[in-house]
Amino acid sequence: MRIPVGTAVAAGSIVALAIVPPITEALREPFYLGLCLRLMILAIAAISLNLILGFGNMVSFGHAAYMGIGAYVVGIGAFHAVEDGIDWLANGFLHVPLAIAASSLAALVIGAISIRTRGVYFIMITLAFGQMLYFVGVGLEVYGADDGLSLYMRSDFGDVLDINDNTRFYYLVLALLLATLYGTKRLVASRFGLVIRGARSNERRLAAIGIPVYRYKLVAFTVAGAICGVAGVLLANRTDFVSPDMMHWTRSGDLIIMVVLGGMGTLFGPLYGAAVLVLVEEFLSGVTEHWQIVFGPLLVLVAVYARGGIAGALRALERRRG
Amino acid sequence: MGEPILRLRGLTKRFGGLTATDSVTLDVVEGEVHAVIGPNGAGKTTLVGQISGEIRPDRGRILFAGQSITRGPVHARALLGIARSFQITSVFLDFTVAANVALAVQAHAGHSFRFWRDAASDDALIEPAAEYLGLVGLSDRTDDVAATLSHGERRQLEIAMALATAPRLLLLDEPTAGMGGDESARMIDLLRSFKGRFTILLVEHDMDAVFALADRITVLDSGRILVSGPPDDIRADPAVRQAYLGDGDT
Ligand SMILES: Nc1ncnc2c1ncn2[C@@H]1O[C@H](COP(=O)(O)OP(=O)(O)OP(=O)(O)O)[C@@H](O)[C@H]1O
Ligand SMILES: [Mg+2]
Repeated sequence: MRIPVGTAVAAGSIVALAIVPPITEALREPFYLGLCLRLMILAIAAISLNLILGFGNMVSFGHAAYMGIGAYVVGIGAFHAVEDGIDWLANGFLHVPLAIAASSLAALVIGAISIRTRGVYFIMITLAFGQMLYFVGVGLEVYGADDGLSLYMRSDFGDVLDINDNTRFYYLVLALLLATLYGTKRLVASRFGLVIRGARSNERRLAAIGIPVYRYKLVAFTVAGAICGVAGVLLANRTDFVSPDMMHWTRSGDLIIMVVLGGMGTLFGPLYGAAVLVLVEEFLSGVTEHWQIVFGPLLVLVAVYARGGIAGALRALERRRG
Repeated sequence: MGEPILRLRGLTKRFGGLTATDSVTLDVVEGEVHAVIGPNGAGKTTLVGQISGEIRPDRGRILFAGQSITRGPVHARALLGIARSFQITSVFLDFTVAANVALAVQAHAGHSFRFWRDAASDDALIEPAAEYLGLVGLSDRTDDVAATLSHGERRQLEIAMALATAPRLLLLDEPTAGMGGDESARMIDLLRSFKGRFTILLVEHDMDAVFALADRITVLDSGRILVSGPPDDIRADPAVRQAYLGDGDT
């Protein structure tokens, strides 16, 4: 039996991520462990964006805001746990559900308004809401305003898992990444997923066969926000720092780039996109301060010549081989 | 004569200064094929759009099965049993043929907030879908992507999707438009096999198709009803002969 190129690369990527901790440990390069940790967390966020952007054709330009909300739940909790000695506010089993609740509520409200619009208007409205949340963050004087907030303790999961140990934290994130991938795979193939993909394909037809499109898009938008909120919890713990910058529109733009670069509406595309963006940023920014001048044209090339992104290119490769 | 399932009362729609539908009052009786004919721009598609809910009338009322649906959204009317095919074919091009019909079945099988089970292997969807595809003669294309279908096949697919919604009224906007002679003849045969089983509002330019299928014909011109009646009356009507049938040769 021959293994398709796409499957091989996907499996290879997961294996590669799984063996990062022993390797970085052997080489005494903890920096790269942190880098791959960031890569996986951003991949989770990008996968959640792909759910609505790639599969549902909703170009949300404010998706980083939900990550910020998740991060601030951790940041604010840790702040009061340290400052006021309220220990339970640092509890991770509180942070996660609270982050999910807060980010999905924000997505529900933002989605309820923006999903009534189409095309450029949708992009502009989600962008505006994202920026609004960014400025809310800037306005939080108590929590450091635009300087942000350093975390003096990470989310506390008690005896279950100590995420102060970066290797354990890494495997937790890897497990969550795999869970997100599997959940997306199931969701996209389910009846719900069929409706969402139908909305991308032909929304007019969807209504004409009797499907109330709006409410399904809204639920997808909310679910994506919730997943991104969890990514925010992870990112805050990874960086030991939260700031409004996490919600800035350029962060949302980065997430869109990851999805488009990796392959919209593909399962593994956002992971590839996140990997490329994080690694390119790391290495190009080491070479030149103006790395974006190099990266920008690269993106244009992808947009013009490889419309399916990396995952699409792998698929084309497979077709040529077969 | 049976009960009217669809009643239009004084329906009027303006686009700027143009009256596309002008006080149209019309009944479609359950079980009949009611053809709407008229020259380009007569307002046929606009009329269909108002019945299906995509276009909101400026005045007048639409009653379906005794219920006012003048302002209801498209999906709600579809759930009541109004199915349509579009003048410009409209299917899910990147879906397989089977998935196109499965989605139409799903639309009428309760809510779609089912997040986990694989829809493509859901017998409750694929079995009825296969049945409707058989009915329109697309069984051999089930697993192909809709984009690979010929124009005529896409039209057949649209019909299968309409049937899958268990319609009480089919709104067919020029089902033979753009088809070759053979394809067109097959479509007419298919629609003839529906006679008596479905209520159909048929917009059609092909007069052979119209006279082969219609129990009743309404002629629209500039948004207004010129005449409405059984095919023989329409055929004999001097004004209609003059305008649409090519005077003398029918
Ligand atoms: N959305 C719109 N905005 C402005 N004018 C419109 C719109 N839709 C239709 N019209 C105009 O209304 C009139 C009726 O159009 P309609 O498409 O209903 O005609 P039709 O009878 O279906 O024609 P055809 O046989 O060419 O399909 C035409 O003059 C058309 O240009
Ligand atoms: Mg028309």
